Amino acid sequence: MLMGLYNDWVVVVLMMIGFYIVIAHGNLIKKIVGLSIFQTSVFIFYISMAKVDGGTAPILAEGIQQYSNPLPHVLILTAIVVGIATTALGLALAVRIKEAYGSVEEEEIQKKDNLDC
Amino acid sequence: MKDLLAVIMLLGIYSLLSASFFVAMDAVDVAFTEASVGAGISTLLMLVAITMTGRSEHPVRHKPLLALAVVIVTGSLLIYGTLDMPYFGSAEAPIHQHVAPRYINDSMQEIGVPNIVTSVLASYRAFDTFGEVVVIFTAGMGVLALLSVARRPVDIKKVNSFNNSMHEQHLVLRIVTKMLIPFILLFALYVQFHGDFGPGGGFQAGVIFASSIFLYTMLFGMTTARRLINQSFIQILAASGVLLYGSVGVVSLLNGKNFFDYSALSSDPVAGQHLGILLIELGVGITVASVMVIIFFKFADRRDYSPSNENKDF
Amino acid sequence: MLAHLPILQVIVPLLAAPLCLFLTRPRLVWLFAIIVSGLAFLISSLLLQQVMTSGTIIYELGGWEAPWGIEYRIDQLNALLLLIITAISTVVLFSADTSIRKEIPEDRHTVFYILYLLSLAAMLGIVATGDAFNVFVFLEISSLSAYALIALGKDRRALWASYQYLIMGTIGATFILIGIGLMYQMTGTLNMYDLSIRLPEVEQTRTVFTAFAFVIVGVCLKLAMFPLHLWLPNAYAYAPSIVTAFFAATATKVAIYLLIRFTFSVFAVSLSITHLPLQMLFVVLGLVGIFVASTAAIYQTSIKHLFAYSSIAQIGYMIVGFSVTSVAGLTATLLHLFNHALMKGALFLALAAVVYRIGSTQLSQFQGLGRQMPVTMAAIVIGGLSLIGVPLTVGFVSKWYLVMAVIENGWWPVAVLILLGSLLAVVYVWRIVEAAYFKPALAGTETIKEAPLSFLIPIWTLVLANIYFGIDTRLSVQVAQAASQSLFGVSP
Repeated sequence: MLMGLYNDWVVVVLMMIGFYIVIAHGNLIKKIVGLSIFQTSVFIFYISMAKVDGGTAPILAEGIQQYSNPLPHVLILTAIVVGIATTALGLALAVRIKEAYGSVEEEEIQKKDNLDC
Repeated sequence: MKDLLAVIMLLGIYSLLSASFFVAMDAVDVAFTEASVGAGISTLLMLVAITMTGRSEHPVRHKPLLALAVVIVTGSLLIYGTLDMPYFGSAEAPIHQHVAPRYINDSMQEIGVPNIVTSVLASYRAFDTFGEVVVIFTAGMGVLALLSVARRPVDIKKVNSFNNSMHEQHLVLRIVTKMLIPFILLFALYVQFHGDFGPGGGFQAGVIFASSIFLYTMLFGMTTARRLINQSFIQILAASGVLLYGSVGVVSLLNGKNFFDYSALSSDPVAGQHLGILLIELGVGITVASVMVIIFFKFADRRDYSPSNENKDF
Repeated sequence: MLAHLPILQVIVPLLAAPLCLFLTRPRLVWLFAIIVSGLAFLISSLLLQQVMTSGTIIYELGGWEAPWGIEYRIDQLNALLLLIITAISTVVLFSADTSIRKEIPEDRHTVFYILYLLSLAAMLGIVATGDAFNVFVFLEISSLSAYALIALGKDRRALWASYQYLIMGTIGATFILIGIGLMYQMTGTLNMYDLSIRLPEVEQTRTVFTAFAFVIVGVCLKLAMFPLHLWLPNAYAYAPSIVTAFFAATATKVAIYLLIRFTFSVFAVSLSITHLPLQMLFVVLGLVGIFVASTAAIYQTSIKHLFAYSSIAQIGYMIVGFSVTSVAGLTATLLHLFNHALMKGALFLALAAVVYRIGSTQLSQFQGLGRQMPVTMAAIVIGGLSLIGVPLTVGFVSKWYLVMAVIENGWWPVAVLILLGSLLAVVYVWRIVEAAYFKPALAGTETIKEAPLSFLIPIWTLVLANIYFGIDTRLSVQVAQAASQSLFGVSP
């Protein structure tokens, strides 16, 4: 059982590292980095699901009988693009926040907001 | 880790390592995309962002116990969930029994394209891919909304002196770049059209095409690059890619079939599939390339514009 | 053409968005957007008619049958939501041109409409599709356009609110992605109908349980259900007023739709509610949400924040109806979905008009507005009465059905708590009424005029709808009942 599932456990650890970075760190750029790690680990999870022992890349060719599952590949292609779109928008927001608040640290931004109120 | 530059570099390495992992898992198309988009574009955008937001991170003052607790609960729930999962690599797993066999066995007759991932992406699940192109377009529009700056008149003398100093400092890079760019563009075109037969397709091609423009911009300056590429032209190009993709579907509708039914495009259904896939991949490539350029140019413009960044030496 | 209505519903606004880039003047873009939105509304009414008479509509995209291709599945539940979203979108767009003139710089107007149309198309796409991964893709389109639209607000806090929403929203979407992956792993399919057939075999596994948990948590983040609601007040308060009017009436409804769809159609009632102690969890969270949010609303100084917290409370009501897990309970939730869209749409649109005239959302600036902007304030008062649940308004109808459903289930204490929650609503609505009518106008505010017609017409359309559907409840109740019956597998 260990050999069959260790793949998934490693992925879970990676996901949790990414997740922790997002919620525990205060720097806006660091949060986006964490989000990126979190998402990439989910991709690894999907792709390892698709692998078939003894199979090969899902491109039809002479003499090859077994192929790995192409459907997760398609899903992850889409998910990667969605991830970069989110990263781009998040970074644009971070840049604007830096200009408006003078800082990209969560604590300092909240302090400035409380002063305003 | 307090130095964000190091963090971003490590993130790029993580992406590249995942890309090689994907190759080991037989996911070649995905590896290609992850390497170009994840390790390439993502790293680049983050670097541009930290030139504006600052290179180092302030240390967190309080102990994030709540965050740790949430993460531990989530992680344990996930591990609990893995206990009943089919084993890694097992050919008897449900996902290999149900939907996938038809893709693998029948796609050659139904669509006639060797790369099964392309046939699923561009034909069976073409609507998802349409959504994906729209996501990219939305991100481009969002960045446009957030980072647009009014154009300032260009000081020719400043630009020329900047160009000269760049030329002296980076002579080798500039010359090599000028030689490389045609090959990069050619490779992008190859990837675009070869996606049916090997790993590749619209996304990867668009990103590679855009990266050649980034290379040029980084070494020759924004002013020169902007002379090359008109802002409104690029925006119209981005819109045209989405519209090209959508119009393939509309043509199917007008011919009486369902949306994105490529058999409506030609008398021979398989030829119709080929035509449909070619056109939509083209639409994807055009939009991805234009949006990436838009995003990069907007970030670079913002850096030049922002008063706090005027004489910043990084 | 009639056969292609399901896809046209999404494609028309989706393709219209990039087309906007070809139009030069923002005024032209605005007119174009209204026409597109109106077309979408027309399509949705035709679809609702079709579904109510002939049952579920299935549309195969690409000509490939599910589960190998993506299919659109329109039943009474989707059709109702499509109608609500397109109706609100069209009405709100009427005021958009006037409203954004004072809140968004001119050079951003075209891109504003593009993002608006993308957001509309994405929400329609989420609701209409029958494929789980397609839901994820369109959810991301909707989220990305939302982040950008919110960040267009004037105040710098809009940027921070949008960023927080981005982080929480992306975590939610990634959770949903994980859940979909786990479901796929155990069944091999992504089609929601197919999943509902194949999941019962693997129902008892831990993986499916985890999948359900992740999907539900992800959806609840988007839903702003207590305690995952932290992003909503600031996002709604600092976004451009027209954006708030649009989102307050539509975005959370889509999330509730996803909750209902995944719980009832995909995972089947037996697994989700009764097998796990979810019923108790949702009832408690719903009630706590109502009280915490209503109390928070009472102490706000900014009207937008006040109504944002009120929205969270209303979501709590919908969750309580959902947790009753009976046809009556679900009917109440769907009714409240419809009614809340009308109520909050009218309220936030009226607020947009006020902001247009006085430029501030502070309660202190509201003093004396009852005399200076009588028509607008009357609309706010009626909207407030609807929130409380006064008879003759739409709010009364849904509260009535909710209390009936809860009593039918034997949960008397819950019914009492619901009524107590309404009392809290009285307090915060009274604060506004008091400031507007019973306090003297502030110095220097004599020049405030009534809101322009471009605001008044849409506002009063929604307010009159509020009253009309509060008196003649046949349409809304019929559709809501048909929808919830079909979800429970009972033929109407």
